Amino acid sequence: MIPLGFYVAISAFLFCLGIFGAMTRRNVIGVLISIELILNAANINLVAFNKYLGDKTGLGEIFSLFVIAIAAAASVVGLVLIIAIYRNSKSLFTEDFHLMKE
Amino acid sequence: MHITHYIPLFPFVAFLINIFWGRRLGIGSAYVALAACGAAFIFSVKTMLGLQAGDGSYNLGTWLVINGRALDFGILVDPLTVMMLLIVTFIGLFILIYSIGYMHGEDRFSRYFAYISLFMASMLGLVISDNFVMLLICWEGVGLCSYLLISFWHEKAAAARAGLKAFVTTRIGDTGFLIGILLLFFTTGTFHFTDLPGLNGPEWLLTLSAILIFTGAMGKSAQFPLHVWLPDAMEGPTAVSALIHAATMVAAGVYLVARCFPLFAAHPMALQTVAVIGAISALGAASIALVNNDIKRILAYSTISQLGLMMLGLGVGGLSAGTFHLMTHAFFKALLFLCAGSVIHAVHTQDIWKMGGLMKKMKVTGMAFVIGTLALAGVPPFAGFWSKDEILVTAWNNHHPVLFAVALLTSLLTAFYMGRLIFVVLFGEKRSDTHAHESPATMTVPLIVLSLFAAGAGFIGSPLKEAGEHAGPALFIMGLSTLVSFAGLGTAYLIYIRRLELLPASVLTSLNGFRTLLINKYYCDEIYNVVFVKPCLRLCQGSFEFDAKVVDGVVNGVGSFVQQCACMLRKVQSGFVHNYLILQALGLLMIIVWLIKI
Repeated sequence: MIPLGFYVAISAFLFCLGIFGAMTRRNVIGVLISIELILNAANINLVAFNKYLGDKTGLGEIFSLFVIAIAAAASVVGLVLIIAIYRNSKSLFTEDFHLMKE
Repeated sequence: MHITHYIPLFPFVAFLINIFWGRRLGIGSAYVALAACGAAFIFSVKTMLGLQAGDGSYNLGTWLVINGRALDFGILVDPLTVMMLLIVTFIGLFILIYSIGYMHGEDRFSRYFAYISLFMASMLGLVISDNFVMLLICWEGVGLCSYLLISFWHEKAAAARAGLKAFVTTRIGDTGFLIGILLLFFTTGTFHFTDLPGLNGPEWLLTLSAILIFTGAMGKSAQFPLHVWLPDAMEGPTAVSALIHAATMVAAGVYLVARCFPLFAAHPMALQTVAVIGAISALGAASIALVNNDIKRILAYSTISQLGLMMLGLGVGGLSAGTFHLMTHAFFKALLFLCAGSVIHAVHTQDIWKMGGLMKKMKVTGMAFVIGTLALAGVPPFAGFWSKDEILVTAWNNHHPVLFAVALLTSLLTAFYMGRLIFVVLFGEKRSDTHAHESPATMTVPLIVLSLFAAGAGFIGSPLKEAGEHAGPALFIMGLSTLVSFAGLGTAYLIYIRRLELLPASVLTSLNGFRTLLINKYYCDEIYNVVFVKPCLRLCQGSFEFDAKVVDGVVNGVGSFVQQCACMLRKVQSGFVHNYLILQALGLLMIIVWLIKI
């Protein structure tokens, strides 16, 4: 039996990786992937705590499935936005997207 | 027959017609005003006949109820009211006729008649009011018309300033008047004149309210120390000076004191104040008139002096004497102003030293001027003699030797400056190349009619006189006042016609300082300028700067503070997705830290 701390540690590592990636990536698609990492970190937590707390209904697992589904949908929306932005500015670098400022 | 309250309505309707349709009416606006004034005169005569037949005051209804006491729309009809009604409508009638000639060809001809009509309406309303509130409303109405008519030629800066000065100066008195009325109301609970005899209340409060009411009279009647506006008011058309600033409006102050006479009579302090202020004004203004060179200003100072004499008459307890002088003065001073207007119309100057020898060219005006002068100087049997004599007799009989002496000295000065005026203007040699000619009939007819009254009004006697009042050393005083009049006129004749040096040169030089003081009108304007006007302007400037710097500074400061904060906060909104993400992460971190701490 792998203790809970390992799951939490890996989840925290993934989360930090995701945050780091989202903050440092210049490429928008990279940012999107990093966000998926963050969500997956959350999923690991959900499943691990579900097991740890001994919940027989498996609410955490079901919730993580929902997260995966919604993350997929969110990625679709994100990709669509990226395509739309790309058509406008012919660029995938985040520093080129500052239409909101001026 | 209750018809008195229609009297002010006629001129008021004339005012409405002239103000709205005056331009279309053209010269017809004069006839509208004239017709209204004529109707008012007829109704005034009817009121007089009604009073003799036993009619009296009446109420039109209740206006307000204050603390359970009714304030009525009361119409007061008594001899004093009737006298004022007749003076205003009768003299007004002739001054309107005169104005047709005098204002001929004026741009704002109809506007002039509209203002005059409004003035008559207010003045007539003033004299029929039976309570302080209605009186105050009309009182302000005449003040407004006075302002409008003084600055009638408002293109002239001097006229505009004079109007403003008149308005502000009288307003100082009016403020006191209002406080006095309210004080009287809170002390005794009444606004009505009929309640004035036998009021109950603390002595000092009633005295104070009487003196405050007198302040209003001081402003309106141009009494010291609020007299400074009247000489400047001569910037207005001369017919206005005759009607408003000689015969009627300035007499409103005297009327007010006469109307409140029971209040004053019950409180010797208040009566004393009236007499002393009157005496100061009478003597001071008469002495200024000695050296003035402007024909209208001489008459204006003379008006202040004569109004002071009326106040003195009232102040020594002579209700009938003061009001009698009010009546006779209205006739001869209106006459003198109209004569002056006729002279100015002919020679186009107001400086008496540029006139001279006009008697030969303007016979009617000249004769009227002489009659007016004799009446004002108090030569028997002209009107001024009888009324001035009554004031002197009352002062003597009521044991006021100082005030008696002041009145007598004022008479002497009056006779002298009036003598100087006519000898310089009408007689003597011609001093400038003006082609003077007699004025048109619309101007000379009023002069003739008013001359008759200036000569004869004294025989009517005071309308308020009670039987048997005329006792004591009347003959002796009559002789004295006649002597004084002739002495004044004679001295003027010797100096200005015979050119005699009555006083040795050394005496004259020693009097030079006093002469300078008189020419500068006792430096009243200058003193007021330094004491009141300048500090007031400085206060205004200070307030303006306080407003501009402190009040606006706070408001602008708040605005610019928000703006600067916004400028700094704006930098957060960089538009770069990364920055938002970093902030988001930092926020999350802070929440986590906070949660862990708890």
